[in-house]
Amino acid sequence: MTKQVYSELMRSITEGKFTFTGEIEPVKTTNLHEVIETAKILKGHVVAANITDNPTAFAYMNSLIPSYVIQRDVGLEAVYQMVSRDRNRIALTSDLLAAGYLGIKNVLALSGDHTTVGDNPGAKPVYDLDSTGLLYLIRKMVDEGVDLAGNKIDNPPKFHVGVAAALGADPIEPELLKIERKVKIGVDYIQTQATYDVDVAKRFLKLTEHLDIPTLIGIAPLKSIPMLDWMIKFVPGIVIPQDFQDRLRKAKERGGKEAIFQENIEFFGEFVKEIKATTHAAGIHIMAIGFEWIVPKIIDRAGFKAIG
Amino acid sequence: MIVVEQKPLEEILKMIEGFNSILLIGCDGCAGIYQVGGEKQTEVLKELLDMGQKIRSKREIKLDTAMVLRQCDLDMVETSLKPLAEKYGAIVSLACGVGVQTLAQVLENKVVIPANNTRFIGMLDREDNKFYELCSACAECILFETGGICPVTRCGKSLLNGPCGGQALGKCEVGGWKKDCAWVLIYNRLREKNMLDYFTKFREPRDFRVRQGPREMGRE
Repeated sequence: MTKQVYSELMRSITEGKFTFTGEIEPVKTTNLHEVIETAKILKGHVVAANITDNPTAFAYMNSLIPSYVIQRDVGLEAVYQMVSRDRNRIALTSDLLAAGYLGIKNVLALSGDHTTVGDNPGAKPVYDLDSTGLLYLIRKMVDEGVDLAGNKIDNPPKFHVGVAAALGADPIEPELLKIERKVKIGVDYIQTQATYDVDVAKRFLKLTEHLDIPTLIGIAPLKSIPMLDWMIKFVPGIVIPQDFQDRLRKAKERGGKEAIFQENIEFFGEFVKEIKATTHAAGIHIMAIGFEWIVPKIIDRAGFKAIG
Repeated sequence: MIVVEQKPLEEILKMIEGFNSILLIGCDGCAGIYQVGGEKQTEVLKELLDMGQKIRSKREIKLDTAMVLRQCDLDMVETSLKPLAEKYGAIVSLACGVGVQTLAQVLENKVVIPANNTRFIGMLDREDNKFYELCSACAECILFETGGICPVTRCGKSLLNGPCGGQALGKCEVGGWKKDCAWVLIYNRLREKNMLDYFTKFREPRDFRVRQGPREMGRE
């Protein structure tokens, strides 16, 4: 959408490089030590890291500050995630202006998991804007230099705006139509939710090929068997191929935790290779919260060199 | 209709404490249809309060009942209930919050006690004997565009451009994937009607001033 390139992420994508992004989750703390250490692990392997905004509606540290800090202290570019669940258009505009000042270049516009699934389930959900409305607000700010009501912004921000995609949604048609609507408003890149099924990724890429939006396929390595079981039990619609499930369980029996990690590296290394070789995907978004050290290993296993 | 639910008896008993004569007023409007505000239910609540307060305060009080066709109708309440209600120390309303407030306005020197919690605007589905919320009185009806299914009310996030990622197999993450995703219902309905253009249409963020309370509306 945007012709100008403001960010390293967009530069990498527009130069046609197969691009990796990571993910960092600030938690319920006033300490950013973990965030910084994680950013250091990811730097040189991913082009940018998403900073999650109160994921699954857990009240964590505001994502803007860590987004700024990893850029300033580690030199790793941030994808500032923003959900419309917790703030109305006034607060969202206000935070976007602050993000502009702090040198944030990429924003991912999301609606956010519902408050009732979070750790403050009695909270009032806001959703003044939906994810499409948030995208629309950011476009107005960047492209027209105004807020939603048309009020002029002094020194408007420059962001690249991404959206998420439920690539394995069942039914998929309403999801596709929603993405098409967002593309009409103006999307710079798509980062999909996680999939474990390379065919699901391929199908999604094919179904959205005509939209011509750079798409990073999301993957989320599974840290343990309880995590695998939890996904199967509580995340309806998620498809984890039986073959991968069996491989993880056998790995656990064979060599415990270490073997599970190794199996993830093998599986996702191959997954990434396959995506790179057979699709037009712009890259891979890797979500490995709590064991981010695995990200460089997966990238390496897929045959990619560290970024200079 | 406006769907109401009776408060726990203990809560009502606490509110009637200290009054010697109480008139329970039912409503044959929304609260009376299939619900807790009808004539029979008003009688039942009277008996329950009578027993309950005898146990609590060990004394006799005067409890009577009356009905009105619509408790939200100011004129109706004024003409049919006011003279009778003046004779009692307190009033228990078995209507919705509008009925309670109408009584409180007409009987301004009386204490009006709500027997119900007002839940939502909905419909009774006889198949599973459940009330379903269908309208939020958002003041900008888009049901034509959404196949007669309201996303403002029936989508957990009130999305205007759904569905979201919390949809799986047509169910919603709110409440643990038991309720239908409104946007999948809308998609299916519009597809059947060959109206998918309305699905893909971008609905801009709303101007919430139209539903800024307290709302009022003049009449021609």
